[in-house]
Amino acid sequence: MKPVMITIDGLRVEAEAGAPVLEAAKKAGIKIPTLCYLKEINEIGACRVCLVEVQGARALQASCVTPVSEGMVVRTNTPAIRQARKLNLELIMSNHLRECLTCHRSTNCELQQLASDLGIVELRFAGEMPPYDPDLSSPSLVRDPRKCILCRRCVSVCEKVQQVGAIAPQERGFNTVIAPAFLDPLGSVACVNCGQCALVCPTAAIHEKDQVAEVWAALADPRKHVVVQTAPATRVSIGEMFGLEPGSVATGKMVAALRRLGFDKVFDTDFTADLTIMEEGSELLRRLEEGGQLPLITSCSPGWIKFIEHFYPDMLGHLSSCKSPQQMFGALAKTYYAQKAGLDPEDIFVVSIMPCTAKKFEAGREEMNGSGHTDVDVVLTTRELGRMLKEAGVDFNALAEEEYDAPFGITTGAGVIFGATGGVMEAALRTAYELVTGNSLVSLDFQEVRGLDGVKEASVNLNGTTLNVAVAHGLGNARELLERVKSGRQYHFIEIMCCPGGCIGGGGQPIPTNREIREKRSAGIYRADASMPLRKSHENPAVQALYKEFLGEPLGHKSHQLLHTGYTPRDRH
Amino acid sequence: MSNGCACQSQVTREHMDEVDRLIAPCRGQSGNLIQVLHKAQNIVGYLPREVQLKVAEGLDVPLARVYGVVSFYSLFTTVPRGRHKISVCAGTACYVRGSSQLLDRLSEDLQVRPGGTSQDGEFSLDVVRCVGACGLGPVVTVDDDVYARVHTEKLSDILALYTKE
Repeated sequence: MKPVMITIDGLRVEAEAGAPVLEAAKKAGIKIPTLCYLKEINEIGACRVCLVEVQGARALQASCVTPVSEGMVVRTNTPAIRQARKLNLELIMSNHLRECLTCHRSTNCELQQLASDLGIVELRFAGEMPPYDPDLSSPSLVRDPRKCILCRRCVSVCEKVQQVGAIAPQERGFNTVIAPAFLDPLGSVACVNCGQCALVCPTAAIHEKDQVAEVWAALADPRKHVVVQTAPATRVSIGEMFGLEPGSVATGKMVAALRRLGFDKVFDTDFTADLTIMEEGSELLRRLEEGGQLPLITSCSPGWIKFIEHFYPDMLGHLSSCKSPQQMFGALAKTYYAQKAGLDPEDIFVVSIMPCTAKKFEAGREEMNGSGHTDVDVVLTTRELGRMLKEAGVDFNALAEEEYDAPFGITTGAGVIFGATGGVMEAALRTAYELVTGNSLVSLDFQEVRGLDGVKEASVNLNGTTLNVAVAHGLGNARELLERVKSGRQYHFIEIMCCPGGCIGGGGQPIPTNREIREKRSAGIYRADASMPLRKSHENPAVQALYKEFLGEPLGHKSHQLLHTGYTPRDRH
Repeated sequence: MSNGCACQSQVTREHMDEVDRLIAPCRGQSGNLIQVLHKAQNIVGYLPREVQLKVAEGLDVPLARVYGVVSFYSLFTTVPRGRHKISVCAGTACYVRGSSQLLDRLSEDLQVRPGGTSQDGEFSLDVVRCVGACGLGPVVTVDDDVYARVHTEKLSDILALYTKE
């Protein structure tokens, strides 16, 4: 479309036809405050904080839903506008539980920030509070309607991006509440625990279930041997909690920081990511040889697993039986590692640092006890780790880099890229290609499966056999890909990640997380991969030793017992 | 929770079959949500969980959205309504002419709060905001009948017209 010329605050500005005034102003360096707006996801003009004056219009307009048109004259900073914005915000604040000092989102709250930006220093209206209590039923997420400003960002993400639709506005007027149908508890409905709602919530109305206290207790218990594993995607985001640029690779600092907290061993989930490639790769080759169910679909992402259990239970046979790397780690920590270190598994306490809220649910699944114990004891999100480090007074940026502990700290670049969409596929292709053809890859980078396109497809030639693969991230895209499979498109192997961008965009990652930040974290993941001396899972010496000393072979009896699992069909609602 | 279990359902098989027939031509058409709910309520009399579930499945709309619509519009009810519907006008004119006393008396006599249904299932009681007959206030309607300038003493005579007719 042809660009249009408009005038904003006396400046002549070229804008994309049809773009909201808000975006045109942003391009011109004019910041209009917003609260409910989420670009391309939630553009509904609900909060009325982004009001502007449009010449000729009867009243002030919400700039997030007012498209530009040729010759439009807009003013963004007049006494009337400032007064109206302020009044609207004061009204939003009037029934908001204003316990900022003790709030999860204190200092990282859009409402708090806006109140400060708009100069609200006095509460003129202290109204009634919403008549709802917090919902603590989910193992992953806490909903607190008393802090909800009804912006509907969470609803839009859940319904449009993830296409789950677990929550919606219920009731009417003052009683309006964002909740599941019948105001049922979140833990009892078809919520996949992805936490994308928590990621976009401007306040603390939806946040991760905080389990920091459980980890402090374990660390303080002299009988416990507390080990920690860090997911691939956490190393490129934890720095954001301490002011580093998104995508900064902070692996060594994170290891050092975890040691400061008192963990007995600091291990890497990348190790079991490498192991996943060995198991899942073998599973793929076996299905190809023996005519098993194809396409094989990855099973690392617990939000995706719960999604397919609820919405496509008839396709569960496509899932790899591999546990996720987190759960493989837990099972091995309490068997192989316990043996090696001469520890009673009963005394080992496994903590995971994950970019993910669904991992909390996954760790609690009753089948996740292959070791004879609960494989993973507590899952913390990247955000919770950041808070723990602050509480402990760890000066993250000043830390010297340290190395992970052996054996589960010995990893490859293939394990690292699990953190970005397409990474599991690329890691699998690196190994499958070399194992099947016996040749070394000239280039390890499979560009076709990288990047933030919703659904990616590629074909790879393995000794004359063409392997058709596909990658989807975000559950809306997963749905599209599953429909393609249903309609008969031939794939051999599919990677699906629940969250947009893969784990780097996970629901447990630092806030804000948006497209630009996802791209930066993703770039960090591939930089980390490129800097690793080993970049193929099958070349990981610690994984090779694990098979030799303990597991035997991929898909062997012990693997089956410790590293593989089954799935549960669930109701859609 | 929301497993669609109908073991405690008071909805008859015939009604559920009729709802199925209602949904069939609209399968997957989320835009028909309000009309389908309206017709389903006309069939069943109210919109219990299992009916909402059926509509959600049939139209391919998240259940949370269905309940959102049901709980938003006062037209919809999730509890069985009485055989007769009493509405007391609480518009400005009726209010100043004493409609709140009428509401109190009805609540007391029928032992029911506004929005609820009497124990015997005969009457449900609602408050409405202006029926457009301000000159006749206070106004009470029972089903499609309008009663003007109602006094508390007249209420029992009015109700008598509808009991065990």
